[in-house]
Amino acid sequence: MPSSRTAILESIRRSHGRGELSAERQQALRDRLHSHPAATIPARSDGDREARIALFTTMATSVDATVSRVAGWNALPQDIGDWLKARNLPTTLAVAPDARLDPVAQHPLYTVHRGPALPEDLIGVSVAEGGVAETGSLLMVSGPETPTSLNFLPDIHIVALPASLMVGPFEEAWARIRSRFPEGMPRTVNLITGPSRTGDIEQTLLLGAHGPRQLHIVIVDDATPA
Amino acid sequence: MHATTRQFKENARAALNDASLRQPLQKLKVGFRVRRAQAAEKLPEFETLRDQGRDLKNHVLENLDFYLETFAAKVEASGGVVHWARDAAEAREIVLSICRDHNARTVTKGKSMISEEIGLNAYLADHDIVPVETDLGEYIIQLRNEPPSHIIAPAIHVQKEMVADAFRATHTHLPADRPLSEPRQLLDEARAVLRDKFLAADVGITGANFLIAETGSTVIVTNEGNGDLTQLLPKVHVVLASLEKIVPTLEDAALLMRLLARSATGQEASSYTSFSTGPRRAEDPDGPEHFHVVLLDNGRSRLLGTEFEEMLRCIRCGACMNHCPVYGAIGGHAYGWVYPGPIGSVLTPALIGIEESAPLPNASTLCGRCEAVCPMRIPLPKLLRHWREQEFSRHLTPQRARLGLQVFGWFATRPALWRLATRISALTLRLIGGRRGFLSRLPFAEDWTRHRVMPVPQGQTFMARYRAEAGIHQPPSD
Repeated sequence: MPSSRTAILESIRRSHGRGELSAERQQALRDRLHSHPAATIPARSDGDREARIALFTTMATSVDATVSRVAGWNALPQDIGDWLKARNLPTTLAVAPDARLDPVAQHPLYTVHRGPALPEDLIGVSVAEGGVAETGSLLMVSGPETPTSLNFLPDIHIVALPASLMVGPFEEAWARIRSRFPEGMPRTVNLITGPSRTGDIEQTLLLGAHGPRQLHIVIVDDATPA
Repeated sequence: MHATTRQFKENARAALNDASLRQPLQKLKVGFRVRRAQAAEKLPEFETLRDQGRDLKNHVLENLDFYLETFAAKVEASGGVVHWARDAAEAREIVLSICRDHNARTVTKGKSMISEEIGLNAYLADHDIVPVETDLGEYIIQLRNEPPSHIIAPAIHVQKEMVADAFRATHTHLPADRPLSEPRQLLDEARAVLRDKFLAADVGITGANFLIAETGSTVIVTNEGNGDLTQLLPKVHVVLASLEKIVPTLEDAALLMRLLARSATGQEASSYTSFSTGPRRAEDPDGPEHFHVVLLDNGRSRLLGTEFEEMLRCIRCGACMNHCPVYGAIGGHAYGWVYPGPIGSVLTPALIGIEESAPLPNASTLCGRCEAVCPMRIPLPKLLRHWREQEFSRHLTPQRARLGLQVFGWFATRPALWRLATRISALTLRLIGGRRGFLSRLPFAEDWTRHRVMPVPQGQTFMARYRAEAGIHQPPSD
């Protein structure tokens, strides 16, 4: 009996009334994979960086995230502190190991552990790999500096987004991923658009289903692109 | 899942008399439809993207074998394992053997229609593995021991009091007198209960909205974050996906992402679009150690090259059912199997056989709204008509309907006789209808007139009116 793989591939070919694709055809398809042509890209995210930051902020705010902007990494602890204080939240944080977050981790205001989120963590702080202005989405990647669990386990997710990494449409985020990870995708890439939500009880929209209840994004005007 | 598709008429009658369905279905017709229309309106490129989405999926289906092999090679190169399953039984066995290899006692599950299609939960439970659904809607229907009634809103038929009853019956470790009257209270309780399950599970099973050949990634598009916790926390991540979920590149995924969320919930983007590629890397501090992808055929490869191939473009957004007047009147359970609404009426006969599901292609008024909103431009009414033809030619149509169609066919192919007959019946009906202008009972159609009246013709036939209005005085030559 042929393997299931063979049986399925043969069934596909039989239905199409052909054998395996010709060498030329396969080469054409490989060429398409390598050139990865884009379909129509929505025009809304055209524009310079400031226009994109403005669009990102509008889009992220429209899905219940809060967005602020600071002048540099050293201004991050103060912004996070203000945001937490306004919501009467504690100052115990789980912070991603990424060195750009050292000013937060070393600030006397906070009690911090670095690394992946633990089940009891209330607030997670991490760094985005980019921001997609088209939809106000954060591009997050897994790795030793940015554990994915910080994105999902804590009740509150605070994300630092370097302004230099703001892109317009998804396609520019893919370009970023390809140049940063030429060996292939990281284990997990998340596009995060607002906090977790559900409409599963009587079509009533509620925030904070299984992921974070609140999402705060701090756009950091970093001097040089990473 | 045991199909009750053959009893569609009985199911539909019961659903029409079920008062608890009215409110959710009324809400669905307003909410989902308005939000989709607004989202489409806000993206000027939306109609162009629909054309491109259709063309992309046609390209994928044409070259499906190539893209599947490319995808499988990429998954394996990134340290994952690909399993090919010809049918539901094989897919279930694969999942069970992965669970056994890791001595799994409980598995958490992200929402997956493929899991419903292969009846995975019952199978795992029969083999002493506890499956825990973690999507809120799926969790609710799992506790209520019933199938989903909508492909993206599985518990849309359940009222909040019914959710509270299910929670009280199941979460017996909590105080019996706790308040559960508000959706927020119900959600917070589910969140707390399921958080422990996420942390304890040995295996996490998710579906996939897309498979990307270029990178070997599986993609889930969700709002709750349960799918992400499912694929992050356990040491094993298993992905269930059917063959046609494949797209060539990240750019192609972006095209479909732009169509999916808007068509489904009217969102610009779902909260989480997450790409999984292989298991965790050596230096990663979290993520699963093992990554398996189960590719399910279950009859799909046979549809290629047939009139039903277009159905395989479906990206499971649910827009067709949100806009269907039949679904809007009876809900999803009446359809009797996993996929309800217009897509279900086309897909179910293809997957479990027209013999098992003959009434479904008739569960449509062919009004065309489903095709008008389908992001992949699947001609659902045309496909329903194809099934009706098969139903007729295989003698699955009920005797009376069959006879009626034969009589109709005999007249319809004899134009002179047809015109005479329609003139006589138009006049007769008008005479019977009299001054009231309607009939409250029709012989052979009592079911129809039980709930409505039949307006009678005004005495002239269509052709007579047509000739008069168009100024044509000679009957067209036959």
